[in-house]
Amino acid sequence: MTHTSSTDMRVQPKRPLLQRLAGACEPYLYSAPSLVLIATVMLVPLALGLSYAFRDVQILNPFSGGFIGLDHFRALSQDQAFYRALRNTLWWTGASVFLQFFFGLILALLLDKPFRGRGIAQALVFLPWAVPTFLTGLNWAWLFNPVIGPLPHWLFALGLLDEPGNILSDPQLAMWGPIVANVWWGIPFFAITLLAALQAIPRDLYEAAAIDGAGPFQRFRSITLPFLAPTIAITVLLRTVWISNFADLIIVMTNGGPADRTQIVASYIFTQAFKRLDFGYASAISMVLLVLLLVYSMLIVLLRQTMLNRD
Amino acid sequence: MTAKSMVLTVAHRLAILAYIVFALFPLFWLLKVSLTPNDLLYSEGVRMWPSRVSFDHFRFVVAHSDFPIFFRNSLIVAGSTAIVVTILASLSGYALSRFAFRAKYWIVALMLLTQMFPLVMLVAPIFKMLSPLGLTNSLTGLVIVYSAFNVPFATFLMQSFFDGIPKDLEEAAKIDGATQFTAFRQIILPLTLPGIAATIGFVFTAAWSELLFALMLISGNDAATFPVGLLSFVSKFSVDFGQMMAAGVLALIPACVFFFLIQRYLVQGLTAGAVKG
Amino acid sequence: MASIDIQDIRKSYGAVQVLHGVDLNIRDGEFIVLVGPSGCGKSTLLRMIAGLEEVTGGDIAIAGKRVNDLAPKDRDIAMVFQSYALYPHMSVAENMSYSLRLRKTPRERIQSAVSAAASKLGLDPLLERRPKALSGGQRQRVAMGRAIVRQPKAFLFDEPLSNLDARLREQMRAEIKKLHGDLGATSIYVTHDQIEAMTLADRIVAMHGGVVQQVGSPLDLYDRPANLFVAGFIGSPGMNFLSAHYVPGENGASVRLGDGTLIALPQKYTLAADEPVTVGIRPEHVELSDADGTGVDAGVELIEPTGFGTILHLTHHGLPFKVFTVDRTHLNAGPAVKVSFPPGHLHLFDGEGDRVTS
Ligand SMILES: Nc1ncnc2c1ncn2[C@@H]1O[C@H](COP(=O)(O)OP(=O)(O)O)[C@@H](O)[C@H]1O
Ligand SMILES: [Mg+2]
Repeated sequence: MTHTSSTDMRVQPKRPLLQRLAGACEPYLYSAPSLVLIATVMLVPLALGLSYAFRDVQILNPFSGGFIGLDHFRALSQDQAFYRALRNTLWWTGASVFLQFFFGLILALLLDKPFRGRGIAQALVFLPWAVPTFLTGLNWAWLFNPVIGPLPHWLFALGLLDEPGNILSDPQLAMWGPIVANVWWGIPFFAITLLAALQAIPRDLYEAAAIDGAGPFQRFRSITLPFLAPTIAITVLLRTVWISNFADLIIVMTNGGPADRTQIVASYIFTQAFKRLDFGYASAISMVLLVLLLVYSMLIVLLRQTMLNRD
Repeated sequence: MTAKSMVLTVAHRLAILAYIVFALFPLFWLLKVSLTPNDLLYSEGVRMWPSRVSFDHFRFVVAHSDFPIFFRNSLIVAGSTAIVVTILASLSGYALSRFAFRAKYWIVALMLLTQMFPLVMLVAPIFKMLSPLGLTNSLTGLVIVYSAFNVPFATFLMQSFFDGIPKDLEEAAKIDGATQFTAFRQIILPLTLPGIAATIGFVFTAAWSELLFALMLISGNDAATFPVGLLSFVSKFSVDFGQMMAAGVLALIPACVFFFLIQRYLVQGLTAGAVKG
Repeated sequence: MASIDIQDIRKSYGAVQVLHGVDLNIRDGEFIVLVGPSGCGKSTLLRMIAGLEEVTGGDIAIAGKRVNDLAPKDRDIAMVFQSYALYPHMSVAENMSYSLRLRKTPRERIQSAVSAAASKLGLDPLLERRPKALSGGQRQRVAMGRAIVRQPKAFLFDEPLSNLDARLREQMRAEIKKLHGDLGATSIYVTHDQIEAMTLADRIVAMHGGVVQQVGSPLDLYDRPANLFVAGFIGSPGMNFLSAHYVPGENGASVRLGDGTLIALPQKYTLAADEPVTVGIRPEHVELSDADGTGVDAGVELIEPTGFGTILHLTHHGLPFKVFTVDRTHLNAGPAVKVSFPPGHLHLFDGEGDRVTS
């Protein structure tokens, strides 16, 4: 038997400092590569971009680069195109999110019911999500093109259009083009998330409610909706931010035109940077956009707080 | 079956069918036009299927255009991004899943924030940063940028896969004589293989689709990715619809392949912060 | 094989302290069972010995060497998990040999160690299977096999049988005991099942609320529980407790129940007159007779036949207690019976709940 007294246990030195340090460092070692990459490719440019907002940075002008204070913001406050882009962003985001959510929810409810061939049906209706966005944009632009696409002819035949023209070049209707493309592409996102939430609802709740005499509509209102509410809230809120910044479809389909009628803030930023190579002005708009998004997030947090307090 | 439930069932199937038609019609049209010979393209207008199909457009696109180069570039960029991101995200996802450490909260917050903020505002500064390094007009530059954009989402995705593996397993491995890292490599990673494949699929799809940064950073044909090449083709030869759509069908192929691979993991992918939102 | 010495071990999760200073000296080759209700800190203690949890305070030594800061892999112990924690992507043989492969043991040695362990546990025909293709009992054996191939200094078991059905559990319990007899390795076994504790242990460590309540041989704990917790936890059906007051007398002492009934004690104790106490008696020690016999009146509330014996739920003036008897005639007991409490089997606990010994 090797009983040890407390005294000779104390003789052992404490674990060396280095070794303890290594133990504490381990999670940081695992996450360091990702963090370094995020910092250099996202945080540094973010800071750099914020500084551009106060400088004159134009790629084509070698004498640019000087500090100009709030000039960009003054110009921005006079920029009618920017105000139009803000209004368009609201319209684009509101319509896209609402339609995606509405049709996504219906699709999720349809798919929640077991039926033969559900797996394959699900794969087919979710397929648009996998279609690259640039292709989605081109594809719908072609569908709206009266030369090779059927849509103008159908809309004309239905009496919705006066002539089989391209709605993408009609200032009144152009925004509908990217919105339709966006809805087509985004329905699966909502359907998938909502379907997952639906399938997490315990089945016996429905059975219990049915035994208690609740009709289908009552069951939907008293079981399904309350269960879905948190998922709906979070996906709609996050999706709103995401779609308001989603410029790919617009850049591919209309490039902001005709006459800036489809320009949203994100595509306006891209146009300033990409077409006009005015990085300073683009960064100033970015900064305003960032502030608006921060305000939106704060509002959501506040809303959440008041809702939590009310319970 | 009562008459009422019969009607409901039929309505249900019809609704599903309507969704399927809506989802597939644009892709069908893409394929249809790409197979329609030029001489029928305008004369047959909105017919559902041309009276004669030909593969001329595909032949042209593959043999006489730059699309094979674009395709190769996109494959390289998307493939490398997927691999780089999956390696980094495995490590950081593991840290988030298995360790309780002080900065964890801040790391999660940072990664969530990067999912929220408008990447388009980084277009200009990133261009400015990469151009003195010679990383504009280069596939490497794109891989670096895309990797950074996809790491946060992939980290959350990998974390959710690691969370699904019982902690007991690596504790058993540690008692068997493994270090934390050996346990990670020999026990946890092999068990996460399906998750790793799914992450590769998600990141590949995202990188394959990226447009804005590719447009900004790439100017020559040599380093153009598929979206950039297709868009410049569209603006230059905007009447060669058959060829454009044949190129579009080609761009669709890898996306579809990966889609069917990652189908089972869509829910996990979208809730992890979502590739495309 | 080695001794394990635990001194004043403490563990806190944030502000919550779950172990409040545990001392324990485990001899070389001893089979120790940590027993206690769920949540009392048994697993935490075991995992600290294994090196899976950081030590908040105190010292752990294995074979005389302080191991507080050693990684699990450097402690040379083996552990069997409740979930078995078999590696799903490895065959049974690979599972069992993993620790040896990590140690770069020569292939022939690995093979002979694995086949020796496999034949000891009857796993020979299963060596190429994956854990998925095994039954619960077989998985349990593989987990044991994984532990024994390496001949570690000590075995740790964390509720290894609680995922098995009752019959298999009984069988594996016996096998573990036999295995310990063969290998003679120091073992620490965690369970919440007092039968497992009683049947397996050389010494039982009864824990409650992060504090060791009593350490002793199984029969020690059964015959001389140190306090109300141990008295109530060990034994099934559990000991009866009756609140009473101490009554010293001329020739011997007794206790008085609430209704005034006097129960004789075997000896006098150094307690003040009228001090509140608790008397305990195990159901199997209560003597039962017909209503016209001698003893205290009791009403029969419920009769539970177990086949082996009968459990009677009785009340005495509203005071519930149980009696266990192997005598089947009592199955037809009337509404009232007489019970008596043999003084030799009474346990006396003071106001603090501690056993009164003198
Ligand atoms: N990681 C942890 N964080 C916080 N509390 C814990 C943790 N692990 C265990 N506990 C708490 O410590 C106590 C003891 O747990 P445990 O040792 O698992 O009990 P048991 O005796 O059932 O094995 C429990 O109250 C449990 O809630
Ligand atoms: Mg436990």
